[in-house]
Amino acid sequence: MVDVVIIGCGVVGAAAAMELSRYKLDVVIVERENDVAVGTTKANSAILHAGYDPKPGTLMARLNVRGSELCREYCAALDVPYRRCGSMVLAFSEKETETLRELLDRGVKNGVPGLKIISGDEARAREPELADTVLEALWAPSAAIVSPWEMCLAFAETAVKNGVELRLNTAVTGIDRRGDGYTVRTDRGDIETKYVVNAAGVDSGTIHDMAAPHSFDIKPSRGEYYLLDKAEGTRVNTVVFQCPTERGKGVLVSPTVHGNLIVGPNAEPSMPHDAATTAAGLAFVKETACLSVPKINYSKSIRNFAGIRANTGRDDFIIGVSAPRFVDLAGICSPGLTSAPAIGEYAAELLAREGLALEKKENFDFSRRRIRFKELSPEAREELVRRDPAYGRVICRCETVTEGEILACLHTPIPPVSVDGVKRRVNAGMGRCQGGFCAPRVVEILSRELGLSPGEIVKDRTGMNILVRETKGGEG
Amino acid sequence: MYDLIVIGGGPAGLAAACSAWDNGLRSILIVERDRELGGILNQCIHNGFGLTRFKEELTGPEYAHRFVELLSRTGVEARTDTMVLEVTLDLRVHMTGPETGYRVEEAKSVILAMGCRERTRGAIGIPGTRPAGVFTAGAAQRYVNVEGWLPGRRVVILGSGDIGLIMARRMTMEGAKVLACVEVMPYSGGLTRNIVQCLEDFDIPLYLSHTVTDIRGGDRVEQVVVSRVDENRRPIPGTEMLFDCDTLLLSVGLIPENELSERAGVEIDPRTKGPAVYENMETSLPGVFSCGNVTHVHDLVDFVSAESERAGAAAARFVLNGPAAGEPIALQNGFGVSYTVPQRVRPGNVEKAFNVFFRVNRNFGKSEIVVSRGETDLCRFKRDRLAPGEMENITVPVKLLEGASGPITVAVREV
Repeated sequence: MVDVVIIGCGVVGAAAAMELSRYKLDVVIVERENDVAVGTTKANSAILHAGYDPKPGTLMARLNVRGSELCREYCAALDVPYRRCGSMVLAFSEKETETLRELLDRGVKNGVPGLKIISGDEARAREPELADTVLEALWAPSAAIVSPWEMCLAFAETAVKNGVELRLNTAVTGIDRRGDGYTVRTDRGDIETKYVVNAAGVDSGTIHDMAAPHSFDIKPSRGEYYLLDKAEGTRVNTVVFQCPTERGKGVLVSPTVHGNLIVGPNAEPSMPHDAATTAAGLAFVKETACLSVPKINYSKSIRNFAGIRANTGRDDFIIGVSAPRFVDLAGICSPGLTSAPAIGEYAAELLAREGLALEKKENFDFSRRRIRFKELSPEAREELVRRDPAYGRVICRCETVTEGEILACLHTPIPPVSVDGVKRRVNAGMGRCQGGFCAPRVVEILSRELGLSPGEIVKDRTGMNILVRETKGGEG
Repeated sequence: MYDLIVIGGGPAGLAAACSAWDNGLRSILIVERDRELGGILNQCIHNGFGLTRFKEELTGPEYAHRFVELLSRTGVEARTDTMVLEVTLDLRVHMTGPETGYRVEEAKSVILAMGCRERTRGAIGIPGTRPAGVFTAGAAQRYVNVEGWLPGRRVVILGSGDIGLIMARRMTMEGAKVLACVEVMPYSGGLTRNIVQCLEDFDIPLYLSHTVTDIRGGDRVEQVVVSRVDENRRPIPGTEMLFDCDTLLLSVGLIPENELSERAGVEIDPRTKGPAVYENMETSLPGVFSCGNVTHVHDLVDFVSAESERAGAAAARFVLNGPAAGEPIALQNGFGVSYTVPQRVRPGNVEKAFNVFFRVNRNFGKSEIVVSRGETDLCRFKRDRLAPGEMENITVPVKLLEGASGPITVAVREV
């Protein structure tokens, strides 16, 4: 019997796991996929919102503002790419300038620091590429950009380092209440536990219904994005939003911590796992972003993608105790990424209220560092390659990622098993050639290091094999 | 301090280094990121290389070997498994490799010979899901020819560039079924001989003025949607064809790999996406030369070798005799021409004649290529046909430039 089973290892599940790993507890996270951070966590705007959007008094408002601070602290401690670049919400009409005042008012009530309304000219002075039609903007200095999958990885790795057991490729098929606890049934056997935390993202409704009466529906919403080459990465230096509508926070234009430019999303109802992009959706994104920043050069696009958000149609997250010792962290739509560490804290608080004893560990390890060859000085590079020649061999030339970094990530607490898993850990394949050059080399390294045939190496999820068979001249 | 550092040990770098040696330089370094010299030729195991240069049909590795042999008779130093990360304005070259270590070498001259990379799905913005089974044609070629693994069984190829055409034949010979080759333009982007030998000989249909408008499938590609496009290359609704396949290969263009050049401050021509060069392949930075696919994308390696030899000779002259002199004259696109290389000519630096490589922007029948300066026609070259997929090469005697003024124009005139 374990103390807690967390279902789902996106950024919310990982944050909850990391929080619980501070205490003397037996915790298991189950994740259906072969890696962490592969649902909503890997496909979103990569923004840490300041916190002026949620309605004052909601849990969402409190967790957003608290999360924004915790993200800054945790990213610094755990070596996660993070930049507090600030954000602007643009107003193009008199009506929208009123919306800015509402947002300002909400932000002040929510405790967001440093908000102010600036004129169109001031906005353009900060961001010269903004359209002439911008009348005013709401400036939020505490908004930031982050590597969302690396943040999730950092949380999950910290949890695992501190004793949490992560079971990948494990899908929950049912939850039975047994006396003082639960039996979590999975396709890889049952787990007896005292407490359950539901962090199953777009499937959190399904998991909830396994343990508690039906009380909410997840209405998945798909958002499509363009990602552009670093040559476009400085088109803006802050996150540029448009006024929110009932469908979402609108199309944004933002730098990424990796130096690219991200543009999107739209918001369309979708199936829970249908992350396909569409010609119409991408055209909408392009057209709408053009209102804010007219000169984006889409011929520098390197990728388009879509992410699914677990919307519920409510103004708040669905977080609470839905059955005895069963905590829902559900309906985590935007600003879920920002709120995640605060949601983790709150989950621990809710479990404690349900009777879980939280006794701190003395030796909690809250540190994480990885070598980023690209960011080192020539002297440091020289020293590193002398010590370990594998750091001298560049595998991904667009992002300057070395074999040493790939080998190192294979020895982290949650080693990757796929080409995209390597990409999420060390950025190989994230650049302008999108793995055209390095993917065959990463397949070779994975196959060598994992002792698998190249045919067994997957692009991302289990089943996404890249190669089908050896050529006629091949052996075997 | 080296006389010359050549960045890239593919066909361009090899020819340039050999030529610089033959022209008198004795301290030359080639830096190659792969474990062997030869560049992309090493994965091009089909034949057809060397017809112009050696008057025989060689495979890619054989063609590369000829130059590696030549190089081995010189004192040129080659560092493989070493990648250049930066070239500074004062010609300090930062490089890294497991055996090389991280080091900075100084040079009196530099030749850029980094080649090109393939355009990707993201660059052309194909919507749909993101399953396994979408490859650039060159990556697929590496899997098949170098790694010995087949990347798919039922294949659609988008783009009729030469690598795509070659892979249509290669995949077929390995037992895969190639269902279609789809080209957005109304003409093929590849050599005519490849259309015949790689598609027609295997009954693989070529759909001109079509493109892939959707990719479907969960873990693996299951289907692609192909639509006809209008004259503005926009898909026409209602023309969708569905292909059940597990693989989509992309052969949708090559992009000169100029991140190093741009960071060094070399002027880039937006038409070629490569360095703008003078008649001797010198870039806007004195002492920095550029040749091969990093300058403009070639279809025949024979021309890469010839161009690179000029770059090597020019680098030798630069180091031994000092900078080239003379006022440059600009070359510009005339009717039907999409770019020229070189972009500028210094007549004082030309002995007898200079070469101009260019491409036309659509198919032409019987035509003349007219080179003019101001109002004066300088010379004409007759052609039975011209196609964008086939690079043109003309030689212009320098004395013709005398007496006229203004930029030089290269134009097509249909006759």
